[in-house]
Amino acid sequence: MRANTWAGRNKVEVRDVPDPKILNNRDAIVRITSTAICGSDLHLVNGYVPTMQDGDVMGHEFMGEVVEVAPGVAPDRLRVGDRVVVPFPIACGACAACAAGLYSCCENTNPNAGIAEKMFGHPVAGIFGYSHLTGGFAGGQAQYARVPFADVGPLKIESDLTDEQVLFLSDILPTGYMGADMCDIRPSDVVAVWGAGPVGQFAMDSARVLGAAEVIAIDKEPYRLRMAAQAGHTPVNFEEVDVRSRLLELTGGRGPDKCIDAVGLEATHGSPHISAYDRVKQAVRSETDRPHALRQAIMSCRSGGVVSVIGVYGGLIDKFPAGAWMNRSLTLRTGQCHVHRYMKPLLERIERGEIDPTRIITHTLSLNEAERGFEMFKNKQDNCEKVVLKP
Amino acid sequence: MELTAATTVRKPVAEVFAFWRDLQNLPTFMGHLKEIRTTGGRTSHWVADAPFGQNVEWDAEITDEVPAEKIAWRSTGDADVPNAGTVRFVPAPDGESTEVHVGLVYEIPGGAIGKAVAQYFGEEPHQQLDDDLRRFKQVLETGEVVRSDGAPWGKRAREEFPQRPAQPLSDAELEKGPDA
Repeated sequence: MRANTWAGRNKVEVRDVPDPKILNNRDAIVRITSTAICGSDLHLVNGYVPTMQDGDVMGHEFMGEVVEVAPGVAPDRLRVGDRVVVPFPIACGACAACAAGLYSCCENTNPNAGIAEKMFGHPVAGIFGYSHLTGGFAGGQAQYARVPFADVGPLKIESDLTDEQVLFLSDILPTGYMGADMCDIRPSDVVAVWGAGPVGQFAMDSARVLGAAEVIAIDKEPYRLRMAAQAGHTPVNFEEVDVRSRLLELTGGRGPDKCIDAVGLEATHGSPHISAYDRVKQAVRSETDRPHALRQAIMSCRSGGVVSVIGVYGGLIDKFPAGAWMNRSLTLRTGQCHVHRYMKPLLERIERGEIDPTRIITHTLSLNEAERGFEMFKNKQDNCEKVVLKP
Repeated sequence: MELTAATTVRKPVAEVFAFWRDLQNLPTFMGHLKEIRTTGGRTSHWVADAPFGQNVEWDAEITDEVPAEKIAWRSTGDADVPNAGTVRFVPAPDGESTEVHVGLVYEIPGGAIGKAVAQYFGEEPHQQLDDDLRRFKQVLETGEVVRSDGAPWGKRAREEFPQRPAQPLSDAELEKGPDA
């Protein structure tokens, strides 16, 4: 089959690889009908997530049709022919983490848990196409994928919604939603979201759906801010204005009640000096992540507010504003999304027309054009917001 | 050399104890064990991998056993690497899980065997036991050891580092299995 693979730092390559096979008793094989490029794929390609290997099949946002099911999957859960969206974390459904709804912290699905434990203190779940640190599972930017614990993760789509309407249930819609969910939004809340990429846009829509009074979008790309504004959110361009002053202005001097970091470890900063400081530290590996958005969110948030982090961090950061965090009674909440928890309720919101995930799609390419898709998405060419790939 | 490790398995104590007490189950999750044959009520014969494709074999006996609480064993006769182990099963505070506390003692001899054993365990000998217990938990909670494309051979995952790429196995690779 054809698959998009990691081919070294800053390089992806669509190659012929073997078709996936059943390896465990609760596996299924899915013929992929739609898949997407995620912002976190850029962290892999840019070389900020260790343990990638040449030839790793990428991609963790995919859906398709079940073509094979291992004997351990009960037919009432999944059958050949079912149309499914696959959540990006692989979860066993049986461990204490899964029982608590913490699916991305599943204790059983990462064969390389020992390595993850060294980096993170405790292991994390397996993730499709997302380094050997998270298990070494082949991803979904391919024609087919093996899905372990197929009786736990995949969500059956039984209505006639299009792929484009449901594909993002695999990751970015639940991720954005969890960012808002962690904010415990009240009707009087002003919510500021750093990053108007796909996850940020969905965090904004989710904050609105959960009842926020106002939602502010912070980014530097005019086209992304326009997209947010068209959806009814208030744009702030951090290259044009001082973010903290503008946020104070927009909130009568209070600061946003809830702040969401949808940027993560490769943030850029309006001040070239600050940006350069972290860029250099990252280049020499004395810090692995550039945390401008997180710092600014903490400094901007109203006292007693919540800073919710859904942007990806992989390692260590410098100059964490612990004083602001502690002295102003801020709550910091975070997590890789527990997708399984949100898929069904979000599918219902899509069916009811409360959220339209298709609004962020700017490009649809064939799988064979994955390299071009990565290039456009990474360099924000042609107003690229979200690339869907068709195998 | 003494090693200790612990894990918590979301299964009742009786079930977790029974799985371990059936010693023939141990090789399904312990990386270096190839086979355990029960030879009597309390006696067994163990076969383990050694470097350079050799096997190390020894007899063992259970020296202490309290159902749903603990099992202790030690090697008998003139084992190449005399060893002993204890595993304790303790109900976890959540009321549904079982804490499993394992202690192993190896008497590492001098000479070539001792050197080979030390090399086998590497710089972080506890890591192997941690991984063994992780797989023990996987088998009890999910039914089997989880495999990925990068680490397709289950309990051999760690030996395989750096791993094969995370892309599906070819028919030839799958047929050859872990010893290819």
